[in-house]
Amino acid sequence: MLTRLLSGDTPRSGLLTALLLIVLISLAFAPFLFPGIRSLETAARICIFIVLVASYDLLLGYAGIVSFAHTMFFGIGAYGTALALSTTGPGYGALIWGTAAGAVVAAVFALAIGLFSLRVKAIFFAMVMLAVASAFAVFVSQMSWLTGGEDGLNYKIPRELTPAFKLIDEKILGVRVNGKLLAYYLVFFVSAILFLVMLRIVNSPFGRTLKAVRDNAFRAEAIGYRVVWYRTTATILSAVMAALAGSLLAIWLRYTGPATTLSMEIMIDILLMVVIGGMGTLYGAVLGATLFILAQTYLQTLMGVAADATSAVPLFSTLVAPERWLLWLGVLFILSVYFFPSGIVGRLRAGRA
Amino acid sequence: MSNTAVKPRIEKIPLKEKLFHKLPMFLVPVLALAGLAAIGNPSSWLTLTVAGLAMGMMIFIMASGLTVVFGLMDVINFGHGAFVAVGAFVGFTVLAWLAGWTASPSVMLNLAAVLIAILAAMLITGLLGLAFERVIVMPVYGEHLKQILVTMGGLIVAQQMIYVVWGPDELHISRPQALQGSFVIGEAAIEKYRLVAVAIGLALFLAMRHILKKTRIGLLVRAGVENGEMVEALGYRIRRLFLIVFMTGSALAGLGGVMWGLYQETITAHMGSEIMVLVFIVVIIGGLGSVEGCFIGAMLVGLLANYTAFLAPKVALISTIALMVVILMWRPQGLYPVVKAK
Repeated sequence: MLTRLLSGDTPRSGLLTALLLIVLISLAFAPFLFPGIRSLETAARICIFIVLVASYDLLLGYAGIVSFAHTMFFGIGAYGTALALSTTGPGYGALIWGTAAGAVVAAVFALAIGLFSLRVKAIFFAMVMLAVASAFAVFVSQMSWLTGGEDGLNYKIPRELTPAFKLIDEKILGVRVNGKLLAYYLVFFVSAILFLVMLRIVNSPFGRTLKAVRDNAFRAEAIGYRVVWYRTTATILSAVMAALAGSLLAIWLRYTGPATTLSMEIMIDILLMVVIGGMGTLYGAVLGATLFILAQTYLQTLMGVAADATSAVPLFSTLVAPERWLLWLGVLFILSVYFFPSGIVGRLRAGRA
Repeated sequence: MSNTAVKPRIEKIPLKEKLFHKLPMFLVPVLALAGLAAIGNPSSWLTLTVAGLAMGMMIFIMASGLTVVFGLMDVINFGHGAFVAVGAFVGFTVLAWLAGWTASPSVMLNLAAVLIAILAAMLITGLLGLAFERVIVMPVYGEHLKQILVTMGGLIVAQQMIYVVWGPDELHISRPQALQGSFVIGEAAIEKYRLVAVAIGLALFLAMRHILKKTRIGLLVRAGVENGEMVEALGYRIRRLFLIVFMTGSALAGLGGVMWGLYQETITAHMGSEIMVLVFIVVIIGGLGSVEGCFIGAMLVGLLANYTAFLAPKVALISTIALMVVILMWRPQGLYPVVKAK
């Protein structure tokens, strides 16, 4: 049953299983285990980014396509939901059609891009996508009559998902059962389902062919698989997943703007998460996203302590200043591309064998 | 060895092939004329055209290194933008030290300060290029996916190092006295600095062409683009050639950074990744690896960006993407496809 749920792709390493279980349990009971607004925000962010990073891994790790436009699809999903909610008011109808519209638009974009440019070399594709994504970001911030420009959109979500709504009056384990909690569990379960769907996809015959295309496109073509079709489908699937993750973010934050969805910083974050976690395995996305966001939220505090402790040493203290955490993750990123390209998960699995 | 040189038989190039090489050169004047038709007012057209050419020249300076590196080494450096930013910061620091020179009314002192700033920036970015090639790029020759990832990582680290060294704030500096202000021709105002940028870019383009076509090292580079293994088999150390080209490309990025910084008068640590978008578009339009294509692409992008910024400001960046799409529909490998075999 459990193996079927995971589509036969078990973690295959004791330590990895333990880590994944810790992540799963912590996220599932986050409101009760770690009370407080900040930790709940962090947990929801982790859920959403697990989906986003896994969808990017579908592209990078399984299909071997480097794209810098993943945030574009993320943003399309987020703006789809945001626009639907802000134009027609808070309602489940708007929520659903906005999300669906975002996913459809993302799929159409991905199809167009796939047909246009997946025939060319990886480098070419990466450069074109970088250009397209940044043009899209600029475009969105200039269409201020529709998207709110740089300020983004603030909107209301259905009342049942806001802190004002109380499901029951008593507290459970000292936690108020309000709309925020419901919203968190919406994010959590949708993320879990999307993750399992992706696991299903990569372990299907389609996923296996995708890996064959990644490893040797020429040979796959010779055997009789239509490489362009597989690559395009992978791009579309990953775009739709990213768009859905974007919708989740839009629902959770009740705000959508270029900085939270479209910026190059987020693209770089996703890249770091995938590579540090492990390319070519979706569990890598779980660990990568969790570690990265925890680092983003809490490492800075730690580094602040280190910077205070070393404030006497002039250059070193600026190196460990809390704002410089990305520097160290960048170094870690380069090292992981060289020395353990299969990331944390690959390391753990290799350690067992 | 006999002294009688064997004369090569030069075959006549058919018209179709000649046209293939000449056709892209007409794009720039065609675009300029189309701009004149769209804008209508000749004096604002002249201002915009000079601005566009200046912008194009600066982009060319930054992009030329990238495209030659790709042609020769089959490496695309996503961290190229970091050299642009570092160059700009070094240049600004030097100019700040020489504040007395830049503020003085003497043209010679002004130009000397700019020259020193440029040389310092090129030196530092060249050395940075050396480190980048040795540490980051060398272990991943031939692996495109890893190259993209690793050079992106290099960009992140380099940007963060700029924050460490220069702090998180943007820097402002005003141009030296001699480069401020503008000439007025008829009703058109033309900024002096833009003319300087056009002159430097043009000089650089001609120098690059000369080096690539007329000198021994240029011959080796061109041969390396065509077939690197053969150059190696003939006894040349192609790795050293790689390194020289990479360092030159980085130094040019630094030069471009200083010039762009002086143009904008404000620089930030992430200016490199912003400008890289335009640089990539130019390199793709020109055809990866082609210096001439890169030059034409840069002119086209510069002109188009300025015309559309005047006519319809909201679509300025989109228009360059559209230009790229149109060019790729016409010639899927860019204007001058160079890398055929790889």
